[in-house]
Amino acid sequence: MVTSNSELAYNSKIEGEVIVSRADAVINWIRSNSMWPMPMGLACCAIELMAVGASRFDIARFGAEVMRFSPKQADVMIVAGTVTYKMSSAVRRIYDQMLAPKWVIAMGACASTGGMYRSYAVLQGVDRILPVDVYVSGCPPRPEALLDALVKLQEKVKREPSASKLLSA
Amino acid sequence: MPAALDAVAAIKGRWAGVTDRASLDHPAVNVPAPDLQAVLRALKEEQGFDMLSDVTGVDWAVGARPRFTVVYHVFSTERHEYVRVASDCADDALPEMPSAVGLWPGADWHEREVFDMFGIRFAGHPDLRRILMWDGYPHFPLRKDFPLAGIEAELPDAEVVAETKTGAIAAPMMGGPFVAPEGGINMADAEPRAKDESWSERRPKPDA
Repeated sequence: MVTSNSELAYNSKIEGEVIVSRADAVINWIRSNSMWPMPMGLACCAIELMAVGASRFDIARFGAEVMRFSPKQADVMIVAGTVTYKMSSAVRRIYDQMLAPKWVIAMGACASTGGMYRSYAVLQGVDRILPVDVYVSGCPPRPEALLDALVKLQEKVKREPSASKLLSA
Repeated sequence: MPAALDAVAAIKGRWAGVTDRASLDHPAVNVPAPDLQAVLRALKEEQGFDMLSDVTGVDWAVGARPRFTVVYHVFSTERHEYVRVASDCADDALPEMPSAVGLWPGADWHEREVFDMFGIRFAGHPDLRRILMWDGYPHFPLRKDFPLAGIEAELPDAEVVAETKTGAIAAPMMGGPFVAPEGGINMADAEPRAKDESWSERRPKPDA
């Protein structure tokens, strides 16, 4: 149901109480502007992730300030840090518990490739166990880089054929 | 004379097998494995070394005799002095050492780590499981015959393995390892950027 909203800039005198749009545009607009992160903070990248949530960088400007520590309430997992093999099973299980639609940001060199840890103990890139949507370079990345990754992810979400996916599901 | 030296002299007087160990800092002794428990108990209860600050292991080399040594650092909280105690494992294939958990409960996780990394078993340990690597990991990473990059192994969670079809791999070394061996190498030649880039500080960027 579409209700009138005086904050949106359309002229109700001309168009009446009706907005014409595409289902994809509406669904993706809703999804991309309230992506609740699952903060998978595993190493020093998590400190930058906290900075992104704090007032100076303020991820709330992009609608992603609601860090959810329950995977069932989260939309995007931000893997921030070194994923060891021992931790990888837990990361994958938390991802499996997130409800679709869900996305993954690999934040920093370690999460993206294993980084400097060419080691027996470290997963060589979280994309070996998760489908990653956006990779962020840096060790650790600047908070602006993570904001940029979020904006890129929002652009990606806005291109998704959400309506046909929902109908075929 | 520091009290730690007194303590070492007293230990050496009581156990004939105890010998001096080369050390650059604190007094250190080699102790035969059968005497280890008694020596540690004497250090704790008679000489006042009431804190166990570290237990670690050494793998000298594949084929070395003895191959494995366990090293204890005990500390006196009253006199602020350390004594180092080292003990060789008799068996090189299945190294074993008596556990110090009965003397210091804090030895529990130290010994689990030594077991995890070197495969040295501690007889009498209440809960000798791996502590850093996962249960079921088949190798001992700090042994000399274990490569830096690692060896292929199964991940701990069978369901995740079935879902992701992945496991622990030998890490790609990408031209590494970037470490300076003894004797020294020029790190400007050895570090990644010297190998990846066509110019560096020593090979100036050609004028475009």
